[in-house]
Amino acid sequence: MVDQSAVGRRFTPVTAHVEAGRLRYFLDTLGETNPVYRDAAAAKAEGFAAPPIPPTYLFCLEMLDNEKPFEFLEALEIDLGRVLHGEQSFTYHAPVMVGDSLTFSPQVTSVTDKKGGAMTLIGVETTVTNQHGVHVADTTRTIVVRNG
Amino acid sequence: MTDMMDMTTSPTVGDRIVHKRFPAINRHRLALYCGASGDHNPIHVDIDFAKASGFPDVFTHGMLVMGYLGQALSDAVPPGRIRSFSTRFAAITQLGAEITCEGQVTELIEAGGERRARLALTARDQTGEIKLAGEAIVAV
Repeated sequence: MVDQSAVGRRFTPVTAHVEAGRLRYFLDTLGETNPVYRDAAAAKAEGFAAPPIPPTYLFCLEMLDNEKPFEFLEALEIDLGRVLHGEQSFTYHAPVMVGDSLTFSPQVTSVTDKKGGAMTLIGVETTVTNQHGVHVADTTRTIVVRNG
Repeated sequence: MTDMMDMTTSPTVGDRIVHKRFPAINRHRLALYCGASGDHNPIHVDIDFAKASGFPDVFTHGMLVMGYLGQALSDAVPPGRIRSFSTRFAAITQLGAEITCEGQVTELIEAGGERRARLALTARDQTGEIKLAGEAIVAV
């Protein structure tokens, strides 16, 4: 079972690339047709130098370009079949656009037992910076581990 | 309840500004999302793995439903105006779920040198069960 010793633990930073083709596949999968995410001219009309990414795509980029997307679970010896996503949040500080390279730096920020130890909630915060060193976003997620 | 409006006019508390329905989620969608998102957890696409983990079947990635909610949000609010977006995953979203996303203005605030609105957001299935409950802060 994951204990408090995990708090503060950092994992290998991931560098991810915002590629137009991969983004289009994501948009098609969600049935997202808003031209701002696909078309340079539509993006420019809204003040972006290139198409921006949709609100949840940061979460995907961190996994898409991660050589070990489940490193965090493996390091804490958590079975993939026992995790559920409890909460997710994004705070956006600056635009992220097609062509950007982002660096994700995750850290475990909390470990909380629930229901007499039947579940453990793990909080992970990730800072995101772009190729210019601009801090573009912070993401936080809560992973629920079923211990039973 | 007030009518739908867009963010180009000044919103007031109680305005419903987000509303969108999505087609039923099928296995094909989960397979596509697996590849599109990089989330290759087999629990969403491999029924044998799901059963071995104690579930009757595969189930939807929470982030697919949050992707729908984000889409409904950015239909109403240009993406450059979204300052934060968060959700709690209240219940597992089963295969066949037809998700409806809604959001309304709950508060107008000043922050970061600009006028912002807080939106309460939900994603429900066809039975009305809340799958995701969250909020967004947007510049107005």
